[in-house]
Amino acid sequence: MAKRPDDTPWLVRPSSIRILWVVFIAILAGTVLADFFIDHHGEFGVDGTFGFYAWFGFVSCVVLVFGSRLLGVLLKRRDDYYDA
Amino acid sequence: MTPETPAGFVFAIPPGLVLIATGFVLLAAQGTVRNALILLAPLVALALVWMLPEGGALTFQWLGYKLTPLRADALSRLFGTVFSIMTFAGGLFALRQERTTELAAAFVYAGGALSVVFAGDLITAFVFWEVMAIASTLVIWFAGTDGARKAGQRYVVIHLFGGVLLMAGIAAHLALGGDVSFGSLVESPAKWLILAGVLLNAGAPPLSAWLPDAYPEASWSGMVFLSAYTTKTAVYVLIRGFPGEPALIWLGLFMVFYGIVYAILENDMRRILAYSIINQVGFMVTAVGIGTPMALNGAAAHAFVHIIYKALLLMSAGSVLYMTGKRKCTDLGGLFRTMPLTTITGIIGALAISAFPLTSGFVAKSMISEGAGQEHMALVWFLLTAASAGVFLHAGIKFPWFVFFNRDSGLRPPDPPMSMRAALVLLSLLCVGIGVAPGLLYGLLPYAVDYAPYTPAHVVSQLQLLLFSGLAFFLLLGWLRRTETITLDADWFWRRLGPAAAASAFGGIASAAAALSDAVRRTVMGIVSAVYRHHGPGGILARAWPTGSMAFWATVMLAAYLFLYYF
Repeated sequence: MAKRPDDTPWLVRPSSIRILWVVFIAILAGTVLADFFIDHHGEFGVDGTFGFYAWFGFVSCVVLVFGSRLLGVLLKRRDDYYDA
Repeated sequence: MTPETPAGFVFAIPPGLVLIATGFVLLAAQGTVRNALILLAPLVALALVWMLPEGGALTFQWLGYKLTPLRADALSRLFGTVFSIMTFAGGLFALRQERTTELAAAFVYAGGALSVVFAGDLITAFVFWEVMAIASTLVIWFAGTDGARKAGQRYVVIHLFGGVLLMAGIAAHLALGGDVSFGSLVESPAKWLILAGVLLNAGAPPLSAWLPDAYPEASWSGMVFLSAYTTKTAVYVLIRGFPGEPALIWLGLFMVFYGIVYAILENDMRRILAYSIINQVGFMVTAVGIGTPMALNGAAAHAFVHIIYKALLLMSAGSVLYMTGKRKCTDLGGLFRTMPLTTITGIIGALAISAFPLTSGFVAKSMISEGAGQEHMALVWFLLTAASAGVFLHAGIKFPWFVFFNRDSGLRPPDPPMSMRAALVLLSLLCVGIGVAPGLLYGLLPYAVDYAPYTPAHVVSQLQLLLFSGLAFFLLLGWLRRTETITLDADWFWRRLGPAAAASAFGGIASAAAALSDAVRRTVMGIVSAVYRHHGPGGILARAWPTGSMAFWATVMLAAYLFLYYF
């Protein structure tokens, strides 16, 4: 099947992906900037500080991904492991 | 019996038995009659749930115990409602399932779950608990594959073991003079046995591997049913019997992170969702451990919404499996091109499980964090918040991304047939409906709700948390690339170590047997004559035992029990 640019769905064209990233980053910035106008009155102190949920969410995911990879080194097997 | 029910009039007909009876009729029914039964019976059950009188109905005496097979209150009605809705949606989705026996077993299974939540005594609850174990095994087996047969065998052994724990616990509870009624359980050794049996079904460690091992081997429709009842019935029993049990907090948190880590490493789309069940039930178990009205409301609400969005996610995955026959992320991708409805409804389920604002997850799960916050449990709160980010990572983006987007697999399957599409749309509407109008759900919760989910601070903080998790996902995509692997879990012990140990033991036995057989032959003759001495005419064991010796041995047993009790 010949792939003319018009054939590929809008979502997967490189130009659209660039647009999606720009929009995504703008929204990310928007949610953090909203903290200027919102009082989070956190229960534990740090959770009420500027941009807490943004960095906490990001760092949590980074830790989870690399922690999982580490465990994977020990525990991953080919998926026919039990069939053998 | 008081005639004060929301419906205004009372029918004390067990809704669970209606579904169980329907299950047996479905074995014979065909064509339009079958379809009508599948769709009507759950609605009848739902109506009956709401016509049950408040409190106990239908009590009778059995072996000296006062049994209450029907007892309704807010908590049982909440679970009864969602179980009935789920049976309807699952039946609709499975209308095209050619193996009619699977749906029959699924209805018996659902009826068992419904009967457990309306059981007013421990004995009734136990009986239907076992009905669920057997019927759910049949649901797995009726997938008809070799993998399903083996996984079903492992599944049933573990669940029968859980049943033994539960039965031993209930028997000890009654023997210690405990009340047969099913309520909060007092501190006793029996309580720990019951708790162990219940936690096994909740997917708690150390045996949690039964869930991701068995469920994904069910058919495209079977797993939708399996995801709903066993674990959530266990959550119901925990809310009913063990509110505020501190051990549950840490057990639940372990489940939360175990589910995330294994789901991140997993390649099979339905195993990702299976690990995600354990992750989600972990939130509920933690909430039960916190035990305040806010947290218990959170656990109950989360169970309600989770049944719906997890079924939606599994219907979306089931549709992909049905249309393509493939289940590994490495074989899938790019399906959004030709399966738009499956993609969109799958994304709605993914947003709901991630607790995005305007979805059902947002209005339910946040009550659990709020419960931890109110109790000033700082570590629990931070871990729950980190886990919420992790849910978006492992289920919220990973599932839709690798199945519907990512690379183009070249597969061009259309959306599934009408009945399956209808089920997808129905559950999507429920996910969004509950998220937009949480009052409907809050009105069903066991405690009065003093909680407003849609504050600007909560919406913004949740969006930050989730969107930055999304950013992490796309930045780390290289580290999340799918490989054709599985990750070893506790089931290794009974799938590899056990059989290997048995095989080597039998090998040793074979050589030892030859050497032994000589010795055996020589001793047998000696034993025979010894047996004759004791059991033969005039032998000591041939005599009737005096009551005194019975009393003596009973005393020894009780002393041993007393001794064990102090440990």
